[in-house]
Amino acid sequence: MAKEPKRAPRPGLVLDVDRSTPPILFHHGEGFRLEKLPPGRSRVIYPAEALPGIADPDGAIRNALANPLGDSDPLHALLTPGMKLTIAFDDISLPLPPMARPDIRQRIIEAVLDLAAEAGVDDVHLIAALALHRRMTEAELRHAVGDRVYDAFAPQGYLYNHDAEDPDGMVILGQTPHGEDVQMNKRAAESDLIVYVNINLVSMDGGWKSTATGLSGYQALKHHHNPETMRKSKSFMDRHNSELHHSNWRQGKVLKDSGIKIFQVETTINTNAFGNDGPMSVLQKREWEWTGRDRASFMAMNAGLRAMTSRARRNVFQSWKAPYELTSVQAGEVDAVHDVTTENTLKQHLVPVEGQTDILTMGLPYICPYNVNSIMNPILVMCLGLGYFFNMYRGKPLVREGGVLIMSHPTPWEFHPVHHPSYIDFFEQVLSETKDPVEMSEKYEKQYAEDEWYRHLYRTSHAYHGVHPFYMWYWGSHALQHLGQVIIVGGDPRSVRRLGFRPASTLQDALEMASDVVGPQASITHYHNPPILMADVT
Amino acid sequence: MDLPEIRLPQIKKPLAKLPFPLRAPSTPLTVEPLPPVRKTGVDFDTDWARSGPARAARSVITDALVRPVIQILASPTVHGLDRLEGFDGPMIFAANHHSHIDTPLMISSIPEPWRSNLVVGGAADYFFNSRVKGSLAALSIAAFPIERTKVSRRSTDLAAELIDDGWSLLIYPEGGRSPDGWGQPFRGGATYLARRCSVPVVPVHIEGTGRILRKGRPLPSPANTAVTFGAPLTPDADERTTRFAERLGHEVAVLADEATTDWWSARKRAHAGTTPALVGPEAGAWRRIWALDQKASKRAKRAWPNLD
Repeated sequence: MAKEPKRAPRPGLVLDVDRSTPPILFHHGEGFRLEKLPPGRSRVIYPAEALPGIADPDGAIRNALANPLGDSDPLHALLTPGMKLTIAFDDISLPLPPMARPDIRQRIIEAVLDLAAEAGVDDVHLIAALALHRRMTEAELRHAVGDRVYDAFAPQGYLYNHDAEDPDGMVILGQTPHGEDVQMNKRAAESDLIVYVNINLVSMDGGWKSTATGLSGYQALKHHHNPETMRKSKSFMDRHNSELHHSNWRQGKVLKDSGIKIFQVETTINTNAFGNDGPMSVLQKREWEWTGRDRASFMAMNAGLRAMTSRARRNVFQSWKAPYELTSVQAGEVDAVHDVTTENTLKQHLVPVEGQTDILTMGLPYICPYNVNSIMNPILVMCLGLGYFFNMYRGKPLVREGGVLIMSHPTPWEFHPVHHPSYIDFFEQVLSETKDPVEMSEKYEKQYAEDEWYRHLYRTSHAYHGVHPFYMWYWGSHALQHLGQVIIVGGDPRSVRRLGFRPASTLQDALEMASDVVGPQASITHYHNPPILMADVT
Repeated sequence: MDLPEIRLPQIKKPLAKLPFPLRAPSTPLTVEPLPPVRKTGVDFDTDWARSGPARAARSVITDALVRPVIQILASPTVHGLDRLEGFDGPMIFAANHHSHIDTPLMISSIPEPWRSNLVVGGAADYFFNSRVKGSLAALSIAAFPIERTKVSRRSTDLAAELIDDGWSLLIYPEGGRSPDGWGQPFRGGATYLARRCSVPVVPVHIEGTGRILRKGRPLPSPANTAVTFGAPLTPDADERTTRFAERLGHEVAVLADEATTDWWSARKRAHAGTTPALVGPEAGAWRRIWALDQKASKRAKRAWPNLD
């Protein structure tokens, strides 16, 4: 029986650390650390509590499809017998952690297919819009679209993963005024209508990035997935100040002008990643509010994790399905839809913060967009910390230019051989020679991107594209340029040094080391994430 | 002579030295602590007591313990079950209330299919003021908390949800046990729920449980009891909840009359508007108790026929 919520969700909080502040939770891969921050010069940014979900998600989806935003007819009016319909959807990288069944994509795709069936549309393809990510497995596809949809389309070959390296499956649609090629999945480009089904976990997602990136290939992606663009994206979580998005929007205009019709369905979810009950719920509570039960479950969880092998720990964490709830769904014309989506995303994530500090600390969790059901290798640790978490700001970074970033993660020298083959070579060959994104892009990117073996593994196995580790490194370009030093607490020293960072055993050691760069008594911000938050820094 | 001061070992101090999370966290000075979360009273969680295993356990408790004990202690006579025939689905059983024995007696007397789908509205401030007491009440009699000291939307919403889910409800509209043996005015909770959930209310009169364990008495003593079920009532189209509650109270009074005299006499008095009220005379305490003694059974005693 549904219980009444006890109180309204509280907004995010900036806590000034004092002597009464208990030790603060740091995620640490498949584990946790409790760290005491120096009082008087530290602050902790806490995310807002999860907003309430929509009570009737299926009704809200039907309503969104029938009442589109912007210059678009309702979906049922766009569906006609004999038409070619392609439904593209976000891949395994969203949401994080994967959501408990039924996935939002399933709900939306079933609603769209219901309308298509009613309109007598026979030619329907469903494509996982994964760009250069790894192909999803059958189990992952079933989880995303549901068994009903999978069983109806996959056996006939109408539900499949996008293949950006299929020589017969991609088309060039033109160039932007900036000389950027626009490339797209041929089936999607030749369809009378593309319905794109999105999940907006963070404000970077959605909009023209869905189709212009998700259904595209290396020839188009290299125009914005490069060090120069990423350095100009301040941040790439803030669309209007993100060169990455400007480029995607330019490519989107070419798509639109070439006559491709897109009906965009975007959704936002709340931040209920670990549930309000159960062993993981403690992870989304503020430490001074931990009850006796929370503390007991935290200690039991830590003791249990310590007794496990790293593989068992990974399996436990990767099996977690988040009880996310839908907070909004909007459909119609891409720009109009995305404006509302961004507003709804920020409503959940934004926390106002005043000013920058000398040091930024963060605990990195077990998951990032590229290691779902996989291993978080050192390159992904860099990407999550310096790419995603560092960029979770609007205005200016949480740490001043020349400041120090301290991250907590075990950073094992470990790679998933099936999912990340080119990462292994990148780590051994490229990073042992240079950490400079520009230099590596000039010297090595083309070689990895066009390597036949990586291409083969991307197309036929479940491997990320050969160029993908470069993109992960570029993701951190802005942070690398901005920061004076990066320290990883509790990481494998060999891996940490290979990344070009400094290893530290404890947070106290790391703060001591940071004082060489920012001086003693440096101010500290701890970014308490996940659940996700985005700092609005003034 | 001064006695030496005896110092007992203090547990709190060593605990305070333990690191977090072994000890409770302190709250930062700039933060407003959360109000304490109440898990007792009306916030007591009873969902578990309506799960399959709890229902199975309750069924064993009812058959193996409650019914035999009630049989020994109360020797109940049940009247009026035929009035429930033809009804199915959830109903609200509304009875007068004299004793803690009333609930086990009702659980023993209410027929199937309602008995195995019965929940009992229990006073949140009495039955659910501690975890142990609340858990026992929830498990043994399927009690859930009802706020009786104030109008609570939470209580009524929970009761309505339970009825909508197919549960029947046993409720005492008087709001508590009789303090002196006389009845109390019926409140509107039962009739409000009946109207809200569109289910009938069954008036029930319980006679004799005050003699077994009246309010304030520590131990029970055996006595005979009678439970009389009335015909299920539904509100008229334009009948207000308070008016319906008065009608319900009147029907229980008629059943009381029937229990102490006979059906025909009670019906005649009901039509004449002379049914004795349950609430007793408006007088001082001793006169009410005096009047209670006069309210003995007027049921005609069977006598040997006069053969002369």
